[in-house]
Parts: sequence; C-alpha cells; structure tokens
Amino acid sequence: MKNYKYSEITPEKVYNKRRKFIKSVGLGLGSLTLGSMSLLNNAHSLEGNSELTSYKDITTYNNYYEFGTGKGDPYKNSREFKIKPWNVSIEGEVESPITLSAEEILSLYPSEERVYRLRCVEGWSMVVPWMGFSLSKLLNKVSIKTEAKFVEFESVYDPEQMKGQRYPVLNWPYKEGLRIDEAMHPLTTVVTGLYGKALPNQNGAPLRIFVPWKYGFKSAKAIVKIKLVKKMPVSSWMKSSPREYGFYSNVNPDVSHPRWSQATERVIGEGILSPRIKTEMFNGYGDEVANLYSSMDLKKNF
Amino acid sequence: MQKNIKILIFFLSLLPIFIIFYQIAFNQLGPEPVKEITHVTGQWTLRFIIITLAMTPLQKITKLNFWISYRRMFGLFVFFYASTHLMTYVGLDYRFDLSSIGDDIIKKKFIFVGFLAWILLVPLALTSSKRMIRILRDKWKKLHKLIYLISLLGIVHFLWLVKVVTAEPLIYLIIIVILLTLRVKTKFN
Repeated sequence: MKNYKYSEITPEKVYNKRRKFIKSVGLGLGSLTLGSMSLLNNAHSLEGNSELTSYKDITTYNNYYEFGTGKGDPYKNSREFKIKPWNVSIEGEVESPITLSAEEILSLYPSEERVYRLRCVEGWSMVVPWMGFSLSKLLNKVSIKTEAKFVEFESVYDPEQMKGQRYPVLNWPYKEGLRIDEAMHPLTTVVTGLYGKALPNQNGAPLRIFVPWKYGFKSAKAIVKIKLVKKMPVSSWMKSSPREYGFYSNVNPDVSHPRWSQATERVIGEGILSPRIKTEMFNGYGDEVANLYSSMDLKKNF
Repeated sequence: MQKNIKILIFFLSLLPIFIIFYQIAFNQLGPEPVKEITHVTGQWTLRFIIITLAMTPLQKITKLNFWISYRRMFGLFVFFYASTHLMTYVGLDYRFDLSSIGDDIIKKKFIFVGFLAWILLVPLALTSSKRMIRILRDKWKKLHKLIYLISLLGIVHFLWLVKVVTAEPLIYLIIIVILLTLRVKTKFN
C-alpha cells in the first residue's frame, strides 16, 4: 500500500477548492467529456445534493457493527485494527482463482477520485470523495466462468480485534452479494481511500466495496474474499430479517422499508433546522443503472 | 425540607432538556442533530416511565410514604418528554407534513404504537390534578392503570425501531416487567 506522508495529505479546504476547479473544467468541457471523465467528476451528474460531507463526519459517523452498533463506535474501536498483512482471495466459478495482497491490488489498479453519494437505509446520506477503481478490473483478472451468476463478498472475521463480532448481532462474517452484471458495472467500486488519503479503518480499510445506487449496507467493508457463485447469495442482513432487507436493496423512494419511509433523507452535517431532501431513484444514478433492471418489478425485488 | 427536595427533583428532571438546549447552542449534537434529539427525548420518556412505576413498589418495600408524593410529578415528566419527542418528529423532522406523518402512523407499526402510547398519556395528564382525583374517585385509579399498558407500548416502540436488538431496550424491558409483576404479586398476597 502506498504510504501517504503527512505533507501529501490535502487539507479539506484546499481539497474542496481543487475539486471546484476540476468540476468547473469538467462542466466546461461538456459534451467533450469522455466516459471515464464523467465517472470521475460524478458530482455534477449527481441529482440532488452534491455538497461534499466533511472528512470528520465521514470518518466519525459510521455503521460498522464489527466495531460496535453505535455510530461513533467504529471510530473509537478501530484505531488498533491491523490491516497489514491483508489478503483478498478471488475464487469460486473462475478459471484461475487467485489471492492478492492489498498492496498488490493497490499497485495493480491505480485509484481515481470518485465522488458518490452514500444513502443509508436508515434515511440519511453523505457525499463522499472516495478513491478507488472499478471492481470489473479486478474480476477480469480471474476469467469468470459462464456458470457464475452472482458475486459474494465476505468481510474479515476477527473477534479478537473486532469487538462487535463477539456478540451475535449479525451472522458473522459479514456477507453481501451482487448479481454479476451489477458487479461488473463501472460504478461498482473497490474503494481504497477517501479525501485523497488512505482509507480509514472505520470506513472499511484496507479495501471495501462501494455500490452507489444501493443502500449503504450492500457495500461490504474490509473484504477478504470475493467468490463467484451460481446461486443468489444470502447476505448477513437478509439472514437477519428477510422481510426488511432484500437482495437487491436498490435505493428506491417508492418502496418503503417496513420501519422507515424511504421517500426522504437527512443530509449528514446539516444543521438542526435544515429540512429533509427527496430521495432519488437509484440514489440519482438511474441514467447509468436503470437498464440493469428494465424487466424487473422492483417492488417485489426490493 | 420535603418541599425543597421536590423543587430539586423538579429541576433535576429538567436537566436532560437543558442539556439538549446547550448542545443545540454549541452545536454538539453530532452529524444528525434532529435524530439525536428524537432519540434522547424518547430515552428520557422511557426512563421517566420506569421512575414513575417504581414509586409504589418503593413505598411498599421501604414502608415510607414520601415516594408517592413524587409520583405525579414524574408522571407529568413522562408526558413532557413524550410530547417533546413527538413534536421533534412532527415539527422538526417532518415539518408538519401531516400526510407523510399520517402515512407513517398507519404503515409503520413502531410509529403506530408510539403514537398510541402518547394518545393514551393525554387523559392521564389531563386528570392529574387533585381536583380530578376527587371528582373521578375510583374511576381515577382505573384510568391511571393505563400507564401499565403505556409502558409496554413504549418499550415495544423502542424494540421495533432498532435494527438489531441492543442492550438498552432489553434492560428497560426487564425493569418494566419486574415493576409490573411486583404489582401482580402484591395484589395476589
């Protein structure tokens, strides 16, 4: 893994200024922008709120039950978490299973900035300048067999270091899954950092998945295994409550969770008097991903 | 002396709301302030329910009568925190968007039981004066037994809203069950 010297770390304010500049250049280029560029500067194609959430809020307000169920627990309890050495295996229905170290993955696939909105199933959202690359790049390395229809992600199991795993809050290790076309979609990201820095432990270091058009829990943190499978995997949350958490879990303001309405969301970091905002279909990424579900009833396949 | 203690307890009971005002003023409620206020006022509603329910058993156990003299005040604090909790949700969070709120009450069972619990608190608060006790007499006792049901609705409201069951609602549930069974037992004896 690249070690960032303190001098290399961009202060948040400078970072925001730089981003505004990039954004204005990106907008100016307009139709000339290449596909990859529009991904890079995603914020301007993002419907709804696109103001970056502060580094502090992104790194102190987390749902990461391996480190405790409180929002502040992951920040407090993950400081000593060791992310070296770290291996990720890619296995299952593939021609050439492989195990790579986190360092190898980072050096093989250069990270780029990807500004995506994170929408939590609990009805809040933040806009995060992630660093990462498309998962498809990594999956292409192993030649997926045609039998493979789904991808299962497995997070690390280490109750010694992860306090929350000592309790049966969820079915450990944390598991999530995607359909193969979802996993191969360019928006599906292997996250390596945020705000131009290495990924903090509480955000899923050293490597996590991020799927911008789905509720946050679909994006597994601290992954150790990527398994190509024939059948739809059962995620930890589906196991915990199948009625509440579907396999797809696309952000959808019209399908309300049994306990929370999903029509609106709170923007993290806004003051006490700021109102909720409307939740966008597919979290605002409908142009890119709606075609994946064209023949599906999304109310049934929630 | 007794009166001074009562005044002291009154201000102590207001402390959580003062702390919230302080946190609002100094921006210490974290990244989701509205949710935090909703959560804290809900917590204190349940805690005051427990305190209120504890007064009668404490009187029976210690054979000291002064406990009962605080019961009404604690009961009114239940109503105060429950109303603040409700108003945070209705006014601050949903901006009096009554159609969304109505929809939530019908469709979300945890909101339904919470709302029901608050509705049931209203007649108790309205009949809390000495005068009403005199007017209603035996009916007053029956009416105020509603707090047993309200306490259970409150705890169900909390249990249904958490994503995974954590220690806090379970602890409240255990205490409430103990306080309620103590009553059944003394009646039986």
